[in-house]
Amino acid sequence: MSDTDVAASVAATPAGSSSELDRLTAPVPAVQDGGPDMVQLLTPEGQRVPDARYDPIVDALTDEDLRGFYRDLVLIRRIDTEATALQRQGELGIWASLLGQEAAQVGSGRALRPQDYAFPTYREHGVAWCRGVDPLNLLGLFRGVNHGGWDPNEKNFHLYTIVIGAQTLHATGYAMGVQKDGAVGTGDLERDTAVIAYFGDGATSQGDVSESLVFAGVMNAPIVFFCQNNQWAISEPNERQTRGPLYRRASGFGFPGQRVDGNDVLAVYAVTRAALDAARGGQGPTFLEAFTYRMGAHTTSDDPTKYRVSAEVEVWKHRDPIERLKAWLAHEGKADIAFFESVEKEADEVAVHVREGCLSMPDPDGTQMFDHVYVEPHPLVERERAEFLAYQAGFEDGGH
Amino acid sequence: MAATTIARSINAGLRAAMERDPKVLLMGEDIGKLGGVFRVTEGLQKDFGEDRVLDTPLAEAGIVGTAIGLALRGYRPVVEIQFDGFIYPAFDHITSQVAKMRARSLSTVTLPMVIRIPVGGGIGAVEHHSESNEAYFTHTAGLRVVCCSNADDAFWMIQEAVATDDPVLFYEPKRRYWDKGEVGDAPDLSLGQARVVRPGTQATLLAYGPMVKTCLQAAEAAAAAGQDLEVVDLRSLSPLDVDTIAGSVRRTGHAIVVHEAPTAGGLGAEIAATIQQECFYSLEAPVLRVGGYDVPYPPAKLEEEFLPDLDRVLDAVDRSLAY
Ligand SMILES: Cc1ncc(C[n+]2csc(CCOP(=O)(O)OP(=O)(O)O)c2C)c(N)n1
Ligand SMILES: [Mg+2]
Repeated sequence: MSDTDVAASVAATPAGSSSELDRLTAPVPAVQDGGPDMVQLLTPEGQRVPDARYDPIVDALTDEDLRGFYRDLVLIRRIDTEATALQRQGELGIWASLLGQEAAQVGSGRALRPQDYAFPTYREHGVAWCRGVDPLNLLGLFRGVNHGGWDPNEKNFHLYTIVIGAQTLHATGYAMGVQKDGAVGTGDLERDTAVIAYFGDGATSQGDVSESLVFAGVMNAPIVFFCQNNQWAISEPNERQTRGPLYRRASGFGFPGQRVDGNDVLAVYAVTRAALDAARGGQGPTFLEAFTYRMGAHTTSDDPTKYRVSAEVEVWKHRDPIERLKAWLAHEGKADIAFFESVEKEADEVAVHVREGCLSMPDPDGTQMFDHVYVEPHPLVERERAEFLAYQAGFEDGGH
Repeated sequence: MAATTIARSINAGLRAAMERDPKVLLMGEDIGKLGGVFRVTEGLQKDFGEDRVLDTPLAEAGIVGTAIGLALRGYRPVVEIQFDGFIYPAFDHITSQVAKMRARSLSTVTLPMVIRIPVGGGIGAVEHHSESNEAYFTHTAGLRVVCCSNADDAFWMIQEAVATDDPVLFYEPKRRYWDKGEVGDAPDLSLGQARVVRPGTQATLLAYGPMVKTCLQAAEAAAAAGQDLEVVDLRSLSPLDVDTIAGSVRRTGHAIVVHEAPTAGGLGAEIAATIQQECFYSLEAPVLRVGGYDVPYPPAKLEEEFLPDLDRVLDAVDRSLAY
């Protein structure tokens, strides 16, 4: 067809039959609305919404599991609040708050099985928590004593990646390795392994992310792409990153995409669990878009009043992930006041652990920067380490 | 003009360039409403509109790649890379496309674009926010690479970079963004020229960007100890202003190159080689280099140990003079 033919046919299409075009070109839903395709199992008011696809997964959870979700949400928020306070007091260089995204992280983090592997950005404190990574490890990076420094294989939780999108390719490659090891599709849920790649809405613009979707699709890799659409990439709203809803991108890469209410821990858990189990079962990748909101600044260095209105934040305050779970648990008689109080008390204790651990964190020794660059001996680095030590010693002798 | 900061000077320079030429466009992440994470483009989207100040998708390859296309179409894109460590996704476009377009087209195509990069450490940031990667680009034929060190140069050099028909990488010393200085009525040097910022007789300190201030402070301290040091601000990293560099070293006989970037294969190596070639009979000591160590940029708590400071510069001066 020539250009004019296309123009003519588009113009001639009756309103009724252009619905596909309308659907594809419909503007990104307003920040207020996740749209009809979004899976939500718990309304902001704490009402349970039935969903035949996911109810069995939620129903399999014990009351203890559900109380555990609540505990995770509260504790990780407290850790986050404490870290923000530590930054304000000059104890951390910077902090990237997860405020508002607790359910997206706890729901997906708890959906992982022990053998699964997570590749985070720099904001996945809640996922780290679910994996059993001590928050003090995270604080080391933000305090500037190291670049992370934890052993990723200890908890199957990779180092934080600050270069936007890069980790999605690493996650895909890791999943390709899992597949080559035969740890997919044997039917053994305790052994078959899935990988989850975390990234933001802004990250979806990076070539790396598109390339990871290509590789994962082509290789049928056991991976879940978990996009936390918190509506903002620093000062840029979704419209600066995408013309269509993000979850629909998956179909172009040949695998399923699903939007889920990122502030609904039950929905996130169920949808992620289903996607992870599909991946471990050999059914390939899924793209999940957790529709959520960054309640705070991008980081403690950022001033969101420069670019967004507080009315928007107010709308999202009513969708708080913790409040809705609390309301539902209380209403269903799955948790009582004593439980909620015990979680508050535990949060206080965790906050003390974070604060005291941060304040007592030793400064790194200067030679740390030379000690971990190569596996094999390296003459240049050896020489520079020696020069560095001699130079430092000169100060002690009063030589400089 | 009254004293102003380097960040404000670049802002004013961009404004002047945009007023002068309607084809000048700004592109980058968070440069519009927010005015950039360092506020260098503050107010420009408000005054010139979203057509000329584009908040781009979060994709550096995309930013530089589309800037190439805009330049091919007759625009003068000035792109901002948010931090030095985030230039790498665009590395392919810069080295394979931007740098080579002129030669490939046998001079039929011009790519008048500027890539602005806040550079260097010393701000206590997390990783990838403190890199000094100029050597990758000074090693790439087809690019002009410059770095300003003060408010006056910032104002004039950014305008010259925009007006230049070759692609320019414009490095901005991020930890000096808030340093104030006077801005003159006219530029006294061209974009490719180095400046003797402090005349002296006994040794030449050669630096650029953030290290110029460090070297000036070192020269100040040395003066108290009776050493008379000259400080040269290179300003242009590629091409180098060999006449000014060699002229200074011929007078002093001692040269010390200072940069934040890791020393091995850094720009200091090229400068040292050039000096020994041009000034062999004037040299009274080997050219010394003071730079970052050859390790990944360390976490913030160690950056003071990694970065050259006044003491390390003076230590090198002592070694050179004692030679
Ligand atoms: C390659 C790269 N470019 C730019 C940046 C600077 N940067 C850090 S976070 C960020 C926005 C990320 O937005 P999004 O992916 O939505 O994640 P969020 O921060 O909202 O969790 C930007 C531009 C970076 N870290 N890496
Ligand atoms: Mg985001």
